[in-house]
Amino acid sequence: MGALQSLPGQPEYIDLAEKTGFSFEQIGVLHKRFKQLSHNEETLRRDHFNEIPDLACNPIRAQIVEAFFDRRNFRQNGEGTVEEIGFEEFLVVMSHFRPPSLHMTEEQRESVRKEKLRFLFNMHDTDNDGTITLEEYRHVVEELLSRSGALGKETAKSIADAAMLEVASISMGHMEPDEFYEGITFEHFLKLLNEFEIESRMNIRFLNMDTTTLCK
Amino acid sequence: MPSRTGSHSPAGIGKSLPERGLLLLMVLVFLEGSVLPLGAASSPDTSHQTNLGDHQGTHTGPNSTKKPFPVLAVEYDRVQIPFEISLWVLLASLMKLGFHLIPRLSSIVPESCLLIVVGLLVGGLIKLAGEEVPPVLDSRLFFLCLLPPIILDAGYFLPIRPFMENLGTILMFAVVGTLWNAFFIGGVLYGVAQIQPANPSDLHQLELLPCLLFGSIISAVDPVAVLAVFEEIHINELLHILVFGESLLNDAVTVVLYHLFEEYAGVGTVTLLDGVLGVISFFVVALGGVLVGAIYGILAAFTSRFTSHTRVIEPLFVFVYSYMAYLSAEIFHLSGIMALIACGAVMRPYVEANISHKSHTTIKYFLKMWSSVSETLIFIFLGVATVDGPHAWNWTFVTVTVILCLVARVIGVVGLTYVINKFRIVKLTTKDQFIIAYGGLRGAIAFSLGFLLNQDHFPMRKMFLTAIITVIFFTVFVQGMTIKPLVELLAVKKKQEAKRSINEEIHTQFLDHLLTGIEDICGHYGHHHWKDKLNRFNKKYVKKCLIAGERSKEPQLIAFYHKMEMKQAIELVESGGGVKLPSAMPSTVSMQNIQPKKPPPAKPVERVLPQLPKGREEEIRKILRSNLQRTRQRLRSYNRHTLVADPYEDGFSDLLIKNQRMVELEKKVSDALLVSTKEDILSFSDPQAYSMKPVSDSVPTIQVDLASPQSPDSVNLLDEFRHAGQQQPEVEDQGLMMKPPSGPSGPNKPREADEARDQQKLMRCLSDPGPSADEDEDEPFLP
Repeated sequence: MGALQSLPGQPEYIDLAEKTGFSFEQIGVLHKRFKQLSHNEETLRRDHFNEIPDLACNPIRAQIVEAFFDRRNFRQNGEGTVEEIGFEEFLVVMSHFRPPSLHMTEEQRESVRKEKLRFLFNMHDTDNDGTITLEEYRHVVEELLSRSGALGKETAKSIADAAMLEVASISMGHMEPDEFYEGITFEHFLKLLNEFEIESRMNIRFLNMDTTTLCK
Repeated sequence: MPSRTGSHSPAGIGKSLPERGLLLLMVLVFLEGSVLPLGAASSPDTSHQTNLGDHQGTHTGPNSTKKPFPVLAVEYDRVQIPFEISLWVLLASLMKLGFHLIPRLSSIVPESCLLIVVGLLVGGLIKLAGEEVPPVLDSRLFFLCLLPPIILDAGYFLPIRPFMENLGTILMFAVVGTLWNAFFIGGVLYGVAQIQPANPSDLHQLELLPCLLFGSIISAVDPVAVLAVFEEIHINELLHILVFGESLLNDAVTVVLYHLFEEYAGVGTVTLLDGVLGVISFFVVALGGVLVGAIYGILAAFTSRFTSHTRVIEPLFVFVYSYMAYLSAEIFHLSGIMALIACGAVMRPYVEANISHKSHTTIKYFLKMWSSVSETLIFIFLGVATVDGPHAWNWTFVTVTVILCLVARVIGVVGLTYVINKFRIVKLTTKDQFIIAYGGLRGAIAFSLGFLLNQDHFPMRKMFLTAIITVIFFTVFVQGMTIKPLVELLAVKKKQEAKRSINEEIHTQFLDHLLTGIEDICGHYGHHHWKDKLNRFNKKYVKKCLIAGERSKEPQLIAFYHKMEMKQAIELVESGGGVKLPSAMPSTVSMQNIQPKKPPPAKPVERVLPQLPKGREEEIRKILRSNLQRTRQRLRSYNRHTLVADPYEDGFSDLLIKNQRMVELEKKVSDALLVSTKEDILSFSDPQAYSMKPVSDSVPTIQVDLASPQSPDSVNLLDEFRHAGQQQPEVEDQGLMMKPPSGPSGPNKPREADEARDQQKLMRCLSDPGPSADEDEDEPFLP
């Protein structure tokens, strides 16, 4: 899909709606927001995100912004990162946060779960190698605790170590003392967060009404 | 005291063992024997007592000749009231004990049903004995003494997160649902009462307003009954919090409606102005109650900040402030239940950060104990009050009421869910709706409210009471008994095991921040945004005020981590040290498996713990030393009196080794008890296997190798000790180092059982050091 015109009509929306599952009103609202963020340009860049004032006090801001530019989240089986995204990519990333519909079969629910967990996994696995290593996990915990004052990296390290140990125990069971646990693969991640009910928790409400004018 | 044993047959023993039967028999005999004083003493006929006195010849007239000094005298009046109360409480507790002796019964019939039956029995026995049944379910007693502990227990341990997430739904059910129920039931009952021209019963006298009043009394879901029944069926958290939350929050609606209709039932009409005032009154009652509760909660939190030197009375503050909140709300006719819930929920996070571990345990157990006794008493009293009456049975009224209750509830739930699902992210399915509708149990609150009615204003009071009791019986017995098989049948999701792992906690936090960020990017201020704002406000201002010391800056993830480690350390000691923790994952993965394979760091100092400030070090060392001495003394005295003390006996050396081991574990636990701030947690970061480190004098650490990675199965208590025996001299010197067990050895197999038992005794001794250890608890921490 090429560059969008400034006022895409219905045919463009139909395509997007099919792809992402949003309704027309929701796409319209998100489009307005996109234009607001990008100052009416065609594409968004990282510094556009960094301008959002509310996002400034979020401890994992950097990772959230990175997630938008990560090709793995564009559902096109790509890899690597991009420097700027268009509205379609923006919408596709947002669609990961859509709530599951009321009547879903077990397989559909399972696939929604996998998708959301994949998104989380990609956020942790920053070097795109398919596993979350101890270093990457430590980084995650450090970022989470970064706003919480000067508690030092040692705390984050030990929490991450304990967490990693738990994952290894759950996934691997028995290991010889000289074996090395490479990192959390996606299957282990799924097993770890099996009880987490991510499909009901990782959702936000997408409005059909336009409230973007109320906040920056 | 007169005592009479009537003839009775021990009921319901069935095919249990003879011991159980005997115990049950004893319980029933006691029951019978205690019933009589209850009946006799509460009768206004005190001549009984004076007769007794005369018979015993203790109290004679004033102008009497000198009589021998009374060796034994009976004076019951003085202790009558406390005695009766104690007897009732004892009866309730024994009943609770008794039920669990008959395992099959307690799995089929919920406890509340059994208790009501017991109450019926007791009431019947009292009546049979010819005495007047005491008015036990007196409204004042109920609302001021029996209800608060249950509500406080519920409020203090309310799971805040699911409650807040579903608050909209809960409020809808509580407010709109109760209103719908009240008006529907009241209105239809009035209609039914009017359409009986052929059968001129007293129903015609029933006016609209008393009907509406009755409707409002009977429509409220009762928290006590819900708690009692739902506790046994273990459904998933969402449904539990929905029904339970509804039962708590509908108190405001009930209070307003009750007072409104009661006020105007005498007058006969309710104008529009009254209606509007009623609506305003609802907001005042609800919000006022919450405000009162919140104020007291903050006061309690603030007080707990300064209790570091008087830890013993910490629980008292929690209880008294909460009770004051309840009473203060009741003064102004605000919703006492909501005040209590608000107080408990507001004060909990701050109080728990301030108080000691033992205080926390005390609060938990006292609340559970009081609420359990209260609940038992309430159900027993319900049974007794049923026997007491007064009753006025009217087939039409009662049956229509029961049917209407069910119908109104179903319609209400279905209708409301249809509306609510438009706003919910996670929709409520039909199964959920069924459980919510079916779980709408009525209980003792309805009865007490009915009891409060004035007989003059409400000539139909007796009929009301009969109907209320019938509905309560129906819901508790029929719905209470069948809900468990229905839950199984419908395969409703059950409660998950509460195994909060560190990973889930990390991801919960991560998800919170992620969703807040996405909401900000999307540009609308939703649920997560406001929650995040509240959290930040809380962290920045409120925590600083209400939490003492460094705890105020501790982020939630770290607090959770400490809690987990504390739990593991305690489990470690309690399980005897060498054995694998039952809750630990059954695996052999240890820290070395996940550390990346790098050459060992050039400077060993890289893994050294950060230095503690000098003062703290000294403190810790002093405390450890004193603890160690005390433990050693205790163990020695224990040895002298209870254990085999023959130094030439084979097993004695093993015993000594075990003692050493216990000492070390005790040190480890006391170390854990002191370790609550950021600097020290590293000594516990490896729960399953520990690396070897030389003990340095500057930093107190305890490294214990518990699990041999090669053979987890061979690690058991006795093996460890046998192997440890080989290193005894080293253990003596450094006190802290242990080498991994080198392999099974030792011929002392036959002593296993003995040693295991002694082991247990030592463990029990160590795990409860007694009140004198309280002075060492200078560091509060989260349990």
